[in-house]
Amino acid sequence: MTIGTPAASTGFALASYQRPAGVNPPLDYPAYRSTALRAPRQPLQVMRQGLTEVTGPLLGRERVIAADADLTTQHEGEPIGERIIVTGRVLDGDGRAVPDTLIEIWQANAAGRYRHGADRHPAPLDPNFTGAGRCMTDSEGRYRFVTIKPGAYPWQNHPNAWRAQHIHFSLFGRAFTQRLITQMFFPGDPLFAQDPIFNSAPEAARERMISRFRLDLTEPDWALAYEWDIVLRGRGAALFEAGEERA
Amino acid sequence: MTALLTPSQTAGPYLAIGLPWPDGPFVVAEGTPGAITITGVVWDGAGEPVHDALVETWQADPDGRFDHPGDPRGRRRPAEPSFRGFGRCLTGRDGSYRIVTLQPGPLPSPDGGTEAPHIDVSVFARGLLDRLVTRIYFPGERAANQADPVLRAVADPGRRATLIAAAQPGPPGGPGGFRFDIHLQGDQETIFFDV
Repeated sequence: MTIGTPAASTGFALASYQRPAGVNPPLDYPAYRSTALRAPRQPLQVMRQGLTEVTGPLLGRERVIAADADLTTQHEGEPIGERIIVTGRVLDGDGRAVPDTLIEIWQANAAGRYRHGADRHPAPLDPNFTGAGRCMTDSEGRYRFVTIKPGAYPWQNHPNAWRAQHIHFSLFGRAFTQRLITQMFFPGDPLFAQDPIFNSAPEAARERMISRFRLDLTEPDWALAYEWDIVLRGRGAALFEAGEERA
Repeated sequence: MTALLTPSQTAGPYLAIGLPWPDGPFVVAEGTPGAITITGVVWDGAGEPVHDALVETWQADPDGRFDHPGDPRGRRRPAEPSFRGFGRCLTGRDGSYRIVTLQPGPLPSPDGGTEAPHIDVSVFARGLLDRLVTRIYFPGERAANQADPVLRAVADPGRRATLIAAAQPGPPGGPGGFRFDIHLQGDQETIFFDV
């Protein structure tokens, strides 16, 4: 495919990333009170994807070391709590692995307290737990963190509101349009029913945010394991980049 | 083989634990010849600054190229080696962010036209269940902006103006910069894109 100077361009095909309905929460979701002054009131303006949207930062390798994936070894002592492994694959909507992409996570400690000045929950901070980790996916899109199971915590959204236990995940994928920040939950959490953030996602999509307990992935006598696959937007079957294999 | 997409969730109030990078605001090393600074404030619907947001940027290099295989012209390294294309800045107590970068070049558009120089922006924060996407255009690119297919698609010219940064004089003898405020709601609500 040849494209001349911008002015001489006669158009070209570009594989755009699809955005199926029924996946993301609505921005305007009154049950989550913080949306009231922050969710835009005007409808979103539909934009056709161009070169800026189908490209994106391919970075991370230079800013991550292996130790960043273990949140239990960042301090002199060990953090208090239930040691867990969180692992899975990053895929796109076409079922293809997303290799070499940066994942960043952050979370509360085992008592349900964040290491952040704005967190006023009267639960103890843990001097041995920061609650931030990062890693790169491998060539098959796999990732693996070792951490502490985060505690539930109260918040002020409604009377006696508690957040379901969760870990925040930030992903880049390979294109601007694949960028995703989401949360991973734990199976069987009794707080799901009253957590408006969890319930903001369409019902059929909520379970995709819940990890699976995997006894076979535990480290015996050491840590339990949860598996969670994350699926970023895909391009449909239309077009693939030069040199890329179709899965 | 298709897979069902993972829903977005809010980054919440504590994103500062996991997301800032010390070099985040520097799309290009500070002091690089021609570097520009883009600053602005994120405002909520009550006119209060949003002090817990993350603003991210992604853009072409000054030649209008990307070091990325998704560009059908081929990937190309930028002439300025420190240019990363990507920037990230937490807002401060006053809701402000700052990005140091190079002005991007124009791009060919899939429809055969030309996209004016622009920077794609993502906003994440408590209260945003999905990221917001907007674009920064430049005030000195009048003709290019008038021909830009994304700007042209905005029906209301008043709202189109929310996508164009304001030139800001720099310190005496120093380089100037740009101001780009982001209004989540209100009379000046910024245009956000479904892309």
